Amino acid sequence: MSIIENHKTNGAAFCENPKLKARNVGVFYGEKQAIFDVSLDIGANEVIALIGPSGCGKSTFLRCLNRMNDTIDICHVSGEILLDGENIYDTKVDVVPLRARVGMVFQKPNPFPKSIYDNIAYGPRIHGLAHSRVDLDEIVEKSLQRAGLWNEVKDRLHSPGTGLSGGQQQRLCIARTIAVDPEVILMDEPCSALDPIATAKIEELIDELRENYTIAIVTHSMQQAARVSQRTAYFHLGQLIEVNPTDQVFTTPEHTLTEAYITGRFG
Amino acid sequence: MEMNFNQHISGQFNADLEAIRNHMMGMGGLVERQVANAIEAICSGDTRVADDVIRREDEVDKMEVTIDHECTQILVRRQPAASDLRMVLAVSRVVRDLERIGDEASKIAIHTLEVADNSSNQLCQQAMRYMGAEVVKMISGALDAFARHDVDGAIDVVRNDKLVDQQYASALRELITYMMEDPRSIGQAINILWILRAIERIGDHARNISEQVIYLVKGTDVRHSSLTEIEEQAHKE
Ligand SMILES: Nc1ncnc2c1ncn2[C@@H]1O[C@H](COP(=O)(O)OP(=O)(O)O)[C@@H](O)[C@H]1O
Ligand SMILES: [Mg+2]
Repeated sequence: MSIIENHKTNGAAFCENPKLKARNVGVFYGEKQAIFDVSLDIGANEVIALIGPSGCGKSTFLRCLNRMNDTIDICHVSGEILLDGENIYDTKVDVVPLRARVGMVFQKPNPFPKSIYDNIAYGPRIHGLAHSRVDLDEIVEKSLQRAGLWNEVKDRLHSPGTGLSGGQQQRLCIARTIAVDPEVILMDEPCSALDPIATAKIEELIDELRENYTIAIVTHSMQQAARVSQRTAYFHLGQLIEVNPTDQVFTTPEHTLTEAYITGRFG
Repeated sequence: MEMNFNQHISGQFNADLEAIRNHMMGMGGLVERQVANAIEAICSGDTRVADDVIRREDEVDKMEVTIDHECTQILVRRQPAASDLRMVLAVSRVVRDLERIGDEASKIAIHTLEVADNSSNQLCQQAMRYMGAEVVKMISGALDAFARHDVDGAIDVVRNDKLVDQQYASALRELITYMMEDPRSIGQAINILWILRAIERIGDHARNISEQVIYLVKGTDVRHSSLTEIEEQAHKE
């Protein structure tokens, strides 16, 4: 199989109330093109799931949304990505505050080798969000509350974050992301290293976070996409094949490639 | 990279889906025979055939439970999506309608035994024969349409159901005339009424089955829709 000529994304790639808009996005690693002409809206307060076979460009596309690809030398992005209508690739844009507004949670929980408290406090300190120790304490507590971790760690805030279980570490990373008061949270397979219970807790958390944030989640678990998202985007060989409401994608997908993938006919 | 979208990566999953479909078809065949035999029994007054229908109802019930269990297993183990999910849901719904058709067939057989004494001059013979033959055709038509993913075939069944409903209404009028003319016929007429009613219900269930064909193929739920609405949905791209 190869790239589809003149492909237009099936379904509803655009939405009423977009927080992020990707327009004609292409991504290249040196000569090699990994994303082809992708246009997609991510709505305010929605959870959108990005699914597709391994290597189809989900992570690459996700990393465009907060310019994380800038950290890869050979990577080059074309097209536009608008956050609240402003192109984040504009030369005027400073990536440090951008990555606070559009936070990212990775596949493997990656707490800093510091205390639980300092893991959360790190971002607010460098972004100057706290004016006093009391402020900082409050941010730390609120972030841990929101990440559903407060009750489990409130008595050991000064022990190392790396001493927590895998699921707790991932919630710590989510708390760390929340601490800098982001608007969008990007998650790249956030549960793939977790057991089912820890996964269920993260999924529950995603559902609660939706009230205050916009969330894009890459997942290789179709069940997870079905459980947590309102819309699902299917990528194939770097092209965005179909975007539709999640329940529609899982009962009556429009494109035969989407159908073949979610029914396990390839992957 | 060569791809065959007809096959799952998991061969066992293919086999499981194939199995529920085949078992449903097998159950459909049995149910269709049950209905044909029940109609034959009432029209000929053959109580042995009626007895046989009543005895075999149990088999139909068991098939329903078995196939439903198989569907549950697929849902639990495979978490099917898209056309696979629709296949499992459709089979499980069709099987329920088939079981109900089986019930109606056995009701007809029971009433046959009750009217057996004066079977020689039965009321509404022709209507029962005609409607009976029609619903048997509808059952096989609906199952064929299911097997072939044939939306037009399914719509034909829905259309025939309207016909059966009309025949039912006119047979009722005929029965009422008999009852008014000869009050002694009321006892028998009521039995015939139940039988006609059962045949008409079988038509409704066959219609339900063909609605599942449209769900399976098109993904739209057309239950409780009119014929025109169903035609619209079925021909939408
Ligand atoms: N840092 C990189 N350098 C070069 N190629 C890369 C890099 N990251 C990803 N790719 C290539 O881009 C394509 C998409 O990869 P990726 O976005 O990781 O896919 P996914 O997340 O869907 O598995 C793949 O062909 C991959 O090999
Ligand atoms: Mg990836």
